Amino acid sequence: MQRRTFIKGVAASSFMGIAATDLQAESPKRSSDKRRTLTGKEFFLDIDYTPVNITGKRSVATTINGQIPGPTLVWQEGDTVTIHVTNHLKKSSSIHWHGIILPYQMDGVPGISYKGIAPGETFTYRFKVRQHGTYWYHSHSGYQEQTGMYGAIVIKPRKREPFRYDKDYVVLLSDWSDEKPTSIYRKLKLSSDYYNFNRRTVGDFFSEVKKKGFGKAFDDRKMWNQMRMSDRDLSDVTGYTYTYLMNGQNPATQFKALFKKGEKIRLRFINGAAMSFFDVRIPGLKMTVVAADGNHIKPVRVDEFRIGVAETYDVIVEPTSNRAYAIFAQSIERSGYALGSLTPSASKLASAPKMDKPQALTMADMGMGMSKMGKDKGMKMPMKKSMKKYRWSAMEAEKYPITKLPIATGPQSTMKAMAPKYRLEDPGVGLRNNGRRVLTYADMKNRYSTRRAKKPDREIVLHLTGNMERYMWSINGIKYADAKPLVFHYGERLRITFINDTMMNHPMHLHGMWSDLETGDDNHLVRKHTIVVQPGAKISYRVTVDAKGGWAYHCHLLYHMAGMFRKVEVV
Amino acid sequence: MKTITMNLKKSLLFAGGLLLAGQSLQAAGADDPIRTMLLMDKFEILDNDDNSREWEGSFYVGYDLDKLYIYSQGAATSDGLERSQNDLVYSRAIAPFWDIQAGIAYDKNSDASKTWGEIAIAGLAPYFFETRAALLLNGDGNVGLRLEGEYEALITQKLILTPSIEADFYTKDDPVMQIGSGLSAMEAGLRLRYEFVREFAPYIGVTWEKTFGNTRDFNPVDETSLLAGIRFWF
Ligand SMILES: [Cu+2]
Repeated sequence: MQRRTFIKGVAASSFMGIAATDLQAESPKRSSDKRRTLTGKEFFLDIDYTPVNITGKRSVATTINGQIPGPTLVWQEGDTVTIHVTNHLKKSSSIHWHGIILPYQMDGVPGISYKGIAPGETFTYRFKVRQHGTYWYHSHSGYQEQTGMYGAIVIKPRKREPFRYDKDYVVLLSDWSDEKPTSIYRKLKLSSDYYNFNRRTVGDFFSEVKKKGFGKAFDDRKMWNQMRMSDRDLSDVTGYTYTYLMNGQNPATQFKALFKKGEKIRLRFINGAAMSFFDVRIPGLKMTVVAADGNHIKPVRVDEFRIGVAETYDVIVEPTSNRAYAIFAQSIERSGYALGSLTPSASKLASAPKMDKPQALTMADMGMGMSKMGKDKGMKMPMKKSMKKYRWSAMEAEKYPITKLPIATGPQSTMKAMAPKYRLEDPGVGLRNNGRRVLTYADMKNRYSTRRAKKPDREIVLHLTGNMERYMWSINGIKYADAKPLVFHYGERLRITFINDTMMNHPMHLHGMWSDLETGDDNHLVRKHTIVVQPGAKISYRVTVDAKGGWAYHCHLLYHMAGMFRKVEVV
Repeated sequence: MKTITMNLKKSLLFAGGLLLAGQSLQAAGADDPIRTMLLMDKFEILDNDDNSREWEGSFYVGYDLDKLYIYSQGAATSDGLERSQNDLVYSRAIAPFWDIQAGIAYDKNSDASKTWGEIAIAGLAPYFFETRAALLLNGDGNVGLRLEGEYEALITQKLILTPSIEADFYTKDDPVMQIGSGLSAMEAGLRLRYEFVREFAPYIGVTWEKTFGNTRDFNPVDETSLLAGIRFWF
């Protein structure tokens, strides 16, 4: 079938004169460049439907240049890049550059930054690259991201980086389903535990009775039962429908990263999944985490890290023996994993280690504080230490004037975290006391001093709210459709505190501006674009409001996003 | 059985119509798309004297907070419809776990029928009890109260034991409808289903039905029966 490429006219993009002129000069050609990696200053991306077979069943994906993931775009810090994106779909599409600091008109969020890219049209993005590191891009329209529309961005630094490596690989994790996203979403609405095959059984209760006696076992269940919540509710969508991919490869075909013994290998992990958190490790190797969300951090040596949806972590590993190592990313609820091999030869593949058993949520994940938690023997978290260290954070809260925001109670929200705590040292459910050194937010320190950063002018507190029973998500009990935009003032330094009134991890992503995470050390705030708010927890970060326009601010879980979303207006 | 089939045909037709209407309105990525659900919770044959077939199901069309519900339950034998209770209600969420519902109820037995105005509360009670309490009002001054409760106990992830209980109360006798004042009838069941997939689960079980007070004079029932059936939804 012959496709015609329409060039977006001046009128259609009147709000951005640059693109229009550029388009006329460049006359983008249909390229469908199928190379995995594209380098340079000008890029041609084609969005289309592509027949795929990922699970053994034929299905149709939404792809960029016909591939999953889309091509890795390699940019140079300081360059101005031009990206022509042509939409060959029958519906509107878009591409958002996740974590990239740019003018809002280039951010790629339909309804906020622009109208989206209409069927048959080409939209040209053009902006100066002001940062370096590991990022990614994805569709911000409907459920296109779930069906294949995502890819990595690697930005080469202008100055030499403060660490060395010999080889460099992108490791892009994602989740694929042959089911239509609308069908997944409908099932969640009809029955929110549809995909959960780790629900509590009668047997679980009796084994608890055997361990602690009926009275105690019943008592321990009481709070959950009264609140009508499940401590096994770790992930909405699971391996029941998902196949977990690493650079588009399933665990059978495997992504292979080649090394020579003694080399230092940089792995750029990106979580481009729609709904899945991954716990990543390379059994037999220590990983040195050197960057988070594209920004350098002081190196931390770990065995394992959790990567929330939309986060990126760069690690350096140094394989010591001539064997294949498994790059193992198990999903948070342990219903499956993505697998690749770090191997000296493409014919040597690693086998997956055993998946961990899923852990249950605790009272702390319900935001129930310490006293109640202590009663639960199954759980020993480094809480005391964490409390002491972060007491300042609680005090910090009183230091800045709090701007009151509308908040609603009602069917939107099933729970309120009664005593939410800063839990930066808590690796999170599933990773507690597993005998491995697990990266936490408390381990992360900015490589460069943030001592001179302005102190916040004011603070806003946002509650992440939801009703699991009805599968509804919102912020402050108000879903996006009913919410007024958040107003940020250009030039101010804002402190944002999230309180998670739900039992799920929410990766919160603010477009257009950095989120400087408070980890207990004002001199080393960690610069991120996506902040995971643990269930029942509280977290604070600072934002320098240095980008005018309209921005999206939302949970990055695809099926939470529609409700757990705010428009930010910087005025 | 014929009546059941007819009833089912009718409701499927209705469901189908709304389903189509729903999907055309459903935009991808919409937060709260209109949706429908048909749940045949019980669809079974009892091992009693007249091998009665019983059903209990619901259908809704709507959104997160607002829905239109049809409930239907009843029994039939080879001689035809024995009894059925049907409700058409508008349902509105008033709390995280609770809906308030208002509409009409329509009872039918082999030779009479009765229409009520209905107000109900439905939802998930603490300890995960699925409950519904309906208050019925009729022009003749009779007031009815129908209570239902159900619990799901997971033996395994797919093998599920469901105890359930239902009780009906009325303020007045109504001989034609075979109901008497006070506690009129109770039904308790225990069903064990196996979910091959979430949407389809055959089951076996046991049910106990009994009528009380004046109802007993019109329609004496006290029986325990084994049963087999299927539960499905889409
Ligand atoms: Cu979320």
